[in-house]
Amino acid sequence: MKTFDYVRAASVEEAAEAYAARPGARYLGGGTNLVDLMKLGVERPAALVDLTRLPLDAVEELPDGSLRVGAMVRNSDLAALPAVRDRWPALSQAVLAGASGQLRNAATTGGNLLQRTRCPYFQDVTKPCNKREPGSGCGAREGVHRDHAVLGHSAQCVATHPSDMAVALAALDARVELYGVEGTREVAAADFHRLPGDRPDLDTEIRPGEIVTGVVLPASTAGRPSAYRKARDRASYAFALASVAAVVRVESGVVAQAGIAFGALAHRPWRARRAEGALVGAAPTDDAFEHAVDLELAAAEPLRDNAYKVPLARALALDVLTRLTASART
Amino acid sequence: MSGIRTVVGAPAERREGREKVTGAARYAAEQPGTDRAFAWPVPATVARGRVTGVDATAALALPGVLAVLTHDNAPRLAEPDDPTLAVLQNPEVPHRGWFVALVVAETPEDARAGAAAVRVTYATEPHDVTLTAAHPEAYVPEEANAGYPARTERGDPDRAFDSAAVRVDTAYRVPPLHNHPMEPHATTARWDGDRLTVHNSGQGATVVRDTLSALFEVPAERVTVVSEHVGGGFGSKGTPRPDVVLATMAARLTGRTVTLALPRRHLPAVVGHRAPTLHRLRLAAEPDGRLTSVTHEVTTHTSRVKEFVEQAATPARVMYAAPHLRTLHRVVALDVPSPSWMRAPGEAPGMYALESAMDELAGELGMDPVELRIVNEPDTEPDSGKPFSSRHLVECLREGAYRFGWAGRDPLPRSGREGPLLVGSGVAAATYPVQASPSTADARALPDGLFLVRVNATDIGTGARTVLAQIAADALGAPLDRIRIEVGSSDLPSAPLAGGSSGTASWGWSVHEACTRLAERLAGHSGPLPGEGMVARADTTGRADAVSPWARHAFGAHFAEVTVDTVTGEIRVRRLLGVYAAGRILNPRTARSQFVGGMTMGLGMALTEGSTMDAAFGDFTECDLASYHVPAHADVGAVEAHWVDENDPHLNPMGSKGIGEIGIVGTAAAIGNAVHHATGVRFRELPLTPDRVLPALLAR
Repeated sequence: MKTFDYVRAASVEEAAEAYAARPGARYLGGGTNLVDLMKLGVERPAALVDLTRLPLDAVEELPDGSLRVGAMVRNSDLAALPAVRDRWPALSQAVLAGASGQLRNAATTGGNLLQRTRCPYFQDVTKPCNKREPGSGCGAREGVHRDHAVLGHSAQCVATHPSDMAVALAALDARVELYGVEGTREVAAADFHRLPGDRPDLDTEIRPGEIVTGVVLPASTAGRPSAYRKARDRASYAFALASVAAVVRVESGVVAQAGIAFGALAHRPWRARRAEGALVGAAPTDDAFEHAVDLELAAAEPLRDNAYKVPLARALALDVLTRLTASART
Repeated sequence: MSGIRTVVGAPAERREGREKVTGAARYAAEQPGTDRAFAWPVPATVARGRVTGVDATAALALPGVLAVLTHDNAPRLAEPDDPTLAVLQNPEVPHRGWFVALVVAETPEDARAGAAAVRVTYATEPHDVTLTAAHPEAYVPEEANAGYPARTERGDPDRAFDSAAVRVDTAYRVPPLHNHPMEPHATTARWDGDRLTVHNSGQGATVVRDTLSALFEVPAERVTVVSEHVGGGFGSKGTPRPDVVLATMAARLTGRTVTLALPRRHLPAVVGHRAPTLHRLRLAAEPDGRLTSVTHEVTTHTSRVKEFVEQAATPARVMYAAPHLRTLHRVVALDVPSPSWMRAPGEAPGMYALESAMDELAGELGMDPVELRIVNEPDTEPDSGKPFSSRHLVECLREGAYRFGWAGRDPLPRSGREGPLLVGSGVAAATYPVQASPSTADARALPDGLFLVRVNATDIGTGARTVLAQIAADALGAPLDRIRIEVGSSDLPSAPLAGGSSGTASWGWSVHEACTRLAERLAGHSGPLPGEGMVARADTTGRADAVSPWARHAFGAHFAEVTVDTVTGEIRVRRLLGVYAAGRILNPRTARSQFVGGMTMGLGMALTEGSTMDAAFGDFTECDLASYHVPAHADVGAVEAHWVDENDPHLNPMGSKGIGEIGIVGTAAAIGNAVHHATGVRFRELPLTPDRVLPALLAR
């Protein structure tokens, strides 16, 4: 077999150095996606730098009312945190909507963000895929693409990002904390993943060698009504056909704050800024919700076999928005 | 025999249960061997063509790689009856995924890396993998699977249809489906000189032994095939698969014990699938519901390797009294993997279509769908005119309706609503033929008071060991714990495979005979037994396969309650009830497991399962258990199985009918009919996933 080095890092500094010293290295979290991709031959790392022993499994209340979740906190633990369940319920719901119990026990917060698309052409090394092998073509655009993107896709790539968790983080204005040899920085969760454009091989804004050290759930969405809803082919252990995460605050009869993100529609969690813009300042009525959501989804360009995603995403969004504002509407 | 002493009908616990749950049970790929090597196949990456070159240089240079088998260097085989076993015999590529090389290495990882390093070049040809009802190459075959005639016709179904008072002319589609047993197809093979020992995950070791004997031209007595534990097959292990041939070849070429466990991703192309079926049904009835004409026409695909025709129009030959009846199968040979058996081939897709159409007819008639089926109960088998040995479909329907609470149902579609959920219920009938094949067995009374019963049955997870021991205990008049049973090796008395819901009938018949004979001998014996004990043998040839003057089938009724989410189009099954008339139930514990398992598989067929043929590449897109959606636990609500007692003297000494397949047969239709009741929308293509359901709800 293709052998690889295995390095167990004790600190982020050590991990970044180990990575830099080994061309072709990959960071290893829970391994629920990377190890599969290695078996498929999609990933052929020269070295694995294991991050799971890093001291990044803490959950901290920050003085400003935000919450920092370490990158090595397992998905099951993240979903079960009382602070998350109480103050950012959309995140807990999203995590629990993903994968299976066994996978959530192993998967990490950082790894969940960095998982790759489940596009079947990406996973099959005998077929063309611009994400896996730039310039080889896209099998999905004219192929089997019921599960693929309707927003923001490019001629090069129609893949979707598979994470449920990332959709909630995007809607909740969470921030992703990164460590690299050039220092630490933060990126808004909504901006962390990219659209494919002509570089579908790049999923995120992460720089080579950078490590996700944690995510910060901000005070600005803490305690606000939020929810996540996902439609899927079976009741558990299936990726979203479409999903939505939303946080909405109504004050004095009008929407004062709105964060909405769609999942499974695009190469990244699709933050619905247009819809949010249309909603803020409006009364939380059915008409206002429909107008806002339609405004957002007007940009959709479905492929031959996935037009259903647009009405599905619309219905999910209207349902979640209606439920989140029910008390303010009565 | 007394009711107290009998153990047939008792819920005896599975004999190998402890071994399985503790991990002590060894499967085919888990056989120890100090010289063991591992193999990994190389699948073709073109949909049609021929191999022009295989460059194994890089693979052979990798650490651990022992050999690369190709059509150039693989051992020559005698021509097999099943052309899918002629692997590495020529450069032709009949479909994508066909094996074109095999790498043998010291570890599975080395073999996988070696397979990735093999360079294969092809001359490609245009391919066609798309089935359509109007395909120009569709033809009517001589026969469908299991030897059924492809076409039957009685009366003048077209004229009767045209002149009928009430008519339904409708079409249904069932996509390709895959068996995907938990344990992949796997073989460990070893040659000791000219003696071959094979551990194989299969549904019948005798047929595998005979196949290997023929292919490798070795006398059968020098071949031993062991299938001690099998992690599911559902038909896909009913015939030997390429793994057993490849592992045996590799063992011969390398002189090592070779294990080949097929990778999950390779399975969809090489171990069969349920072929897609396109159904057209025309039902005509009098206003009182009595059918006057039934036409069921099916178009399906097969591969260019061999003809396999899913016999989906055959249930209409059994189910309902109609003076005018036509059933017809058409098939198109495409550049697709070879289809094969999957749990209730024919009945599962055929009854989905027929029982959905019957529900449409009930709607046209304004008649209760349970009553419609009762009104059309035939006196004799419609196709053959034979009397039924036993037929209690009406009792199943009535018992099911009672248990389900059908009586209070508002028949109006879309009449049930709970907030955003539409709630509906549906019914469908089920049928499965009674089959049996000749089998041998022996039974030995040992001096220590134990009995040893030997038969090459295969326990594919059904509880065969347990039930055969019960049959033996009754025939011997001995307590169950005195019976030792040996199954799962071709060195045991020959027996047919576990398939066609006929295993227990076939094996049990010979076990019953051997044990009855032994009991008679023991009764005439006085004094202690000799050291080797006393043995009796049985061979049911000529009786198990005798043509019966009776039409013999199991029947059943399925009831389903579903919710349909109007926001997402997601469907959930709240309740599933099956009531069966399947002869004598020999072990209610293992029987219930089979019924419930079949119903769960039917739930998957209705709601979640489907394989997509990629027109450009010629393979099935879903090739792992993350994308091929078998139901998860969360999909399965309350599932209940019951049965009505049947006393049928025309079957076998146990009075049993097969129960392994009928559970899947009516389930998909019952769920589909419940979805129609819930939504008012008739969906005619499976599976009922949100991408189909929501747009239809919105368009309504």
